[in-house]
Amino acid sequence: MKFLKSLAIGSALALAFAVSPASAANVKIALLVKNLGNGFFDAAAKGANEAAKELGNVDIIYTGPAKPTPEGQIDIINQLVAQGVNAIAVSANDADALVPALKKAMERGVTVISFDSGVSKDGRQMNLLASATQLIGDQNLKMASDLLNGQKGDVAILSASSTATNQNAWIEVMKKDAGMFPNVNLVDTVYGDDNDDKSLAEAKGLIQKYPNLKVIIAPTTVGIRQASVVVEDQKLVGKVFVTGLGLPSEMITHVKSGASPSFALWNPIDLGYAATTIAYNLATKKETATAGGELSMGKLGKVKLDDDLSGPMAPPFVFNASNIDEFSKVY
Amino acid sequence: MRPNRDILFGAVVFVLIAVVGFIRPSFVWPQNLAGLFNDTSVLIMLALAQMTVILTKCIDLSVAANIALTGVLVALVNAAFPGVPVPLIMLLAAGIGLVLGAFNGAMVWLVGIPSIVVTLGTLSIYRGLAFVASGGTSIVGHQMSPEFLALPRAEFLGLPMMSWFAIVVIAIFAVAIRGTRTGRAFYAAGGNPTAAVYTGIDVGRTQFIAFCVSGTVAGFCGYLWATRFSIANVDMANGFELDVIASCVIGGVSISGGIGTVAGAVLGAIFFGVVRNALPVVYISPFWQLAVSGAAILAAVIVNSGREKRAGRLILKEAASA
Repeated sequence: MKFLKSLAIGSALALAFAVSPASAANVKIALLVKNLGNGFFDAAAKGANEAAKELGNVDIIYTGPAKPTPEGQIDIINQLVAQGVNAIAVSANDADALVPALKKAMERGVTVISFDSGVSKDGRQMNLLASATQLIGDQNLKMASDLLNGQKGDVAILSASSTATNQNAWIEVMKKDAGMFPNVNLVDTVYGDDNDDKSLAEAKGLIQKYPNLKVIIAPTTVGIRQASVVVEDQKLVGKVFVTGLGLPSEMITHVKSGASPSFALWNPIDLGYAATTIAYNLATKKETATAGGELSMGKLGKVKLDDDLSGPMAPPFVFNASNIDEFSKVY
Repeated sequence: MRPNRDILFGAVVFVLIAVVGFIRPSFVWPQNLAGLFNDTSVLIMLALAQMTVILTKCIDLSVAANIALTGVLVALVNAAFPGVPVPLIMLLAAGIGLVLGAFNGAMVWLVGIPSIVVTLGTLSIYRGLAFVASGGTSIVGHQMSPEFLALPRAEFLGLPMMSWFAIVVIAIFAVAIRGTRTGRAFYAAGGNPTAAVYTGIDVGRTQFIAFCVSGTVAGFCGYLWATRFSIANVDMANGFELDVIASCVIGGVSISGGIGTVAGAVLGAIFFGVVRNALPVVYISPFWQLAVSGAAILAAVIVNSGREKRAGRLILKEAASA
């Protein structure tokens, strides 16, 4: 019995050494995204590969579930740990659901950071925000206010799912800061679950429910696109405007039609680049994440961490008719 | 008995629309009701196709995956060759759908695997192929040609073409299901397979035809879906097969085969469409919407199954008194 037990422990140890990161020459960094087939994350992967090229000895594993669910991501985290990756940079479908799996990964020596959509503090070493929550919320309000052109009007928010960490944080800021833009009258928040069908129905619902609706803010790529489709289909271009956060390649038709004259986003290529660089520096022990400290993002400068070990990359960037052609070719 | 049931259910749908209209009058403006029908067009067409399959005691879980694969393929064709005329693209979509449906049907007919197992498998296969074909990325509006996107939106006599497609499909089913030998064979094959064999109906072949019908309609809807949302990717119509089956069940199509009407399936889809589109408009918290629409489905099914039982007893009484 005792022999069997030691045999089992021995072989388990042998197996652990066989897959241990030390045996791999290159640093394996996994970019775990919300779901595959998402243009935003494909662009982030482009940036990750850029960083890998600069750093030299890095292998990028770009992965994610087919559907944006925390369950799918947990499965993949467990697989990645078994594969012996050195670092995981994750954009979480749920801030808390991934924590136990990521904790286990860190106990096994894997460096874990979150980017884009964060994980709770216990589940990662640092969190790279694409931008600061405050700046994004205010930028959305400002774009809505500009579209109202000085007049007062009803503004509604079309979000993704009601559990999306980043969406909810931005909406909080918008509700808090709406007073800074007196012509913006926030009336409602609805959820399209990042599903084309549901986002379309919710956008239509908003237009029916609020006859004086002037602007829909959709801080989600699916939502802003479908709200724009509704505005075009219902021939409301010029009466109802759509703004928020979207992908230039998906929004170019809607900018040109006038349904969404301006919208914002950060640069996902830079985001993937920064996340990879930070993950590399932490995994190779070149740097450590400390509250109040700074981490290098390579050519993008430094990110300053707060008490939650979170830090913003850059303020969001506004796209409009003047630059959409150029950026729609990038992502 | 059947016409009465459909009239009664039609009344339920009417009351539902009236109630929503009472809470929010703009919901019942003719323009909005036309929009509602347009939004439900795809669901109506798929519900009719699914009914055909269910009538033969089978089920097709692969319709949404069929939409995704066909949608991605025709969008890719359009992106690569913008010059291909749209009617040809529509034929291509229906053709791809037919092949996918025929594969399901052949597995059921020739290999003898239960349809729920076959289509559960092809559901993953078709979506997987859609992922491979698209490379995991989306084909978005500006990559498609303007003609490709415009046709279902183009208006004819005040209604978008999308609605006209649904009307034509309803008309075809209304005539074909009752008026043709094959149409009646669907009922016979599912209602009493043993008796059907004695009357010379090949049950397996009938099921194969039903799957071909379902696949063709789903493929055609793949094109419509891509244009309606002006995007084609692996996530298209995710989970939509359940909406389609729910519409059939709500509309009184018996999941055990042999019972169902064109009017019932259409009303079921409209009921489902009204519930989905009305909830965002009336004051129901987004957090309750899923539960509310689920409860509405369950209520409709309970009412329907109750009526099914009563109909059975009545026939027995008539038979006894005869």
